[in-house]
Amino acid sequence: MENPFTLFLLLSAVLFAIGTLGVVARRGAITMLMSVELMLNAANVALVAVGRFLPGEGAPGIVEGQVVALFVLAIAAAEAAVGLALVIALYRLKGSTDTDLARLLRW
Amino acid sequence: MLVFFVVAAVAVGAALVVVIHRNPVIQALSLVVFLLAVAGVFVLLNAQFLAALQVIIYAGAIVVLITFVIMLLNLGPEARGGPGIPTLLIAFLLGALLIGVLGRAGLTFEPLAANTPVSPDGVLPHAPGYGSVGAFGRALFSTYFYPFEAVSLAIVAALTGAVLLAKRKLED
Repeated sequence: MENPFTLFLLLSAVLFAIGTLGVVARRGAITMLMSVELMLNAANVALVAVGRFLPGEGAPGIVEGQVVALFVLAIAAAEAAVGLALVIALYRLKGSTDTDLARLLRW
Repeated sequence: MLVFFVVAAVAVGAALVVVIHRNPVIQALSLVVFLLAVAGVFVLLNAQFLAALQVIIYAGAIVVLITFVIMLLNLGPEARGGPGIPTLLIAFLLGALLIGVLGRAGLTFEPLAANTPVSPDGVLPHAPGYGSVGAFGRALFSTYFYPFEAVSLAIVAALTGAVLLAKRKLED
């Protein structure tokens, strides 16, 4: 393959689509959280790949891609903590983590 | 290049297991496999420090948190009966569209100038120390200092919110 950059972006696209499928098609709250993690990681792959292949000083590669990926990592950790707390609250309320049962605000 | 295909295949396979399997413990464990494969992709992209962080934070901390909640709630396999055939068909079409759009963006985006020197064995050159802790920390604590502090503020807020949400009674 003459352009490895394309391969990395294709891998990122496929992983993101799989994660989207998990969020949309599954009902378990924990499964949806894990699928969100898949999507965040797919975005990270794209960020690091773009940072690696953009022209930098002298040689290809700028550090910004990795720095933004680190921020995504930190925010993902915070998101997982809040999301799991929400799952626990849902379980206390309904006795299950099925998101179809969370319909308190639905008319 | 062969390494990339192996790592990519492991990542896609583990991601599919996460999305398709019904046992949450197996899902969490294949999430670990997926995250390690993504760390391998980072190493291939000369982001060694980020790969180490990925293993420590994601595979170490976040998955432990997820497994902890799975065991705390004593979750069994998810009940059967997913979406119907029409919904799945629409989801499949939208997913194909998503992959198409993202893949086309990847195929047409040419980040490097045509005259970029590539060494004879096909390895893309990089600046000395690219992806190392030094280069990383220098960027993080000079150019991106304020975003860094904002992220730590966001983590404090998230932890406070998580403690509040997981409390037994909100009235107390």
